[in-house]
Amino acid sequence: MALSTKTKAALLGPLNKNNPVIVQVLGICSALAVTSKLEPSLVMAVAVTLVLAAANVIISLLRKTIPNRIRIIVQLVVVAALVTIVSEVLKAFAYDVNKQLSVFVGLIVTNCILMGRLEAFALGNGPWPSFLDGIGNGLGYGWILVAVGFFRELLGSGELLGYKVIPQFLYDAGYENNGLMMLAPMALILVAVIIWVHRARNKDLQEETN
Amino acid sequence: MDAISLIVRSIFVDNMIFAYFLGMCSFLAVSRNVKTALGLGIAVTFVLVITVPVNFLLENHVLKAGALSWLGEEFATVDLSVFSLLIFIAIIASIVQLVEMIIERFSPSLYASLGIFLPLIAVNCAILGGSLFMQQREFANIGMATAYGFGSGIGWLLAIVGLAAIREKLEYSHVPKPLKGLGITFIVTALMAIGFMSFSGINI
Repeated sequence: MALSTKTKAALLGPLNKNNPVIVQVLGICSALAVTSKLEPSLVMAVAVTLVLAAANVIISLLRKTIPNRIRIIVQLVVVAALVTIVSEVLKAFAYDVNKQLSVFVGLIVTNCILMGRLEAFALGNGPWPSFLDGIGNGLGYGWILVAVGFFRELLGSGELLGYKVIPQFLYDAGYENNGLMMLAPMALILVAVIIWVHRARNKDLQEETN
Repeated sequence: MDAISLIVRSIFVDNMIFAYFLGMCSFLAVSRNVKTALGLGIAVTFVLVITVPVNFLLENHVLKAGALSWLGEEFATVDLSVFSLLIFIAIIASIVQLVEMIIERFSPSLYASLGIFLPLIAVNCAILGGSLFMQQREFANIGMATAYGFGSGIGWLLAIVGLAAIREKLEYSHVPKPLKGLGITFIVTALMAIGFMSFSGINI
């Protein structure tokens, strides 16, 4: 099946021009808090993508029956149910990662990406485009997380996924791990650098005011 | 005394924004001027002060393992903590809807300036985070839980007002074009967070 232009836009837009984290400013909290290592970043990216796609489809199927006044509660209950499932699965099959993610698995419920996409997209579109939108935004969120996690683990502890990648002779020559990278504020700086590079390449995204 | 020390700790040491990065979305988006930031900060504090104690009661009398024993012997082994996420978020969402209606009724100008972010308080990670940390820390009584909610709220308020004040001044500085707006805000927040790390040693 060839991808139509619309499908492509829904899937690939969020990876670049319409990225949820660095352009729409959604889902920052978890992007910063779980990225001190690569592995939790990966797990978090997958978990959010799955929950987002499923929630988008469910809300889009229900969109004509939800009364406007209480839509937020309905959305939250759907998302919370999905996240509870994900968190139980993680506890069963990836206990260590679940421990590292601590409250942040539960906080997927309040990840603004979910509410933002449900409000902005799923409430006005059919299930199939909503599904694609969910996958696209999940991936867009995921690559930022993985990028930040990659650099923090590489520079902070010289490892990737727990394996040593900085060769020993560099340490012998005086190279040292940058402990500052493991601290939370550096995640902010890394995201700022990503934004910097991204906006230098996409001039139309630059803002006029501070 | 314990309560005061808990409040001070949750304002400065365990600051919601600088230590845990909770509630960043609205933190970044509504910090363009001090007045709106103050309004949102007060709303968040208010919601936290109500939701944390309510969820504390639910946690200890309904959800926790053995919490239902007041219903009778046969309920003593029931453990409903799987549902804590669902219950917490439902309580939070309904309280936020209530606050939204009250503000809409009494202060239309604040309502207009908060815009989309008022309903989004329900999904402000700081609010659910407050309840989840409350669950994790197992406070002794409802007073401590309220104090924790209050302290975290004030800490959040302090952070957003501080950032808004800095951003107002940033208007007049020369920032590299691609960093304007979002980028420089991230960097300022990071610097503020590093500053707040110096509080981590205090003990009262």
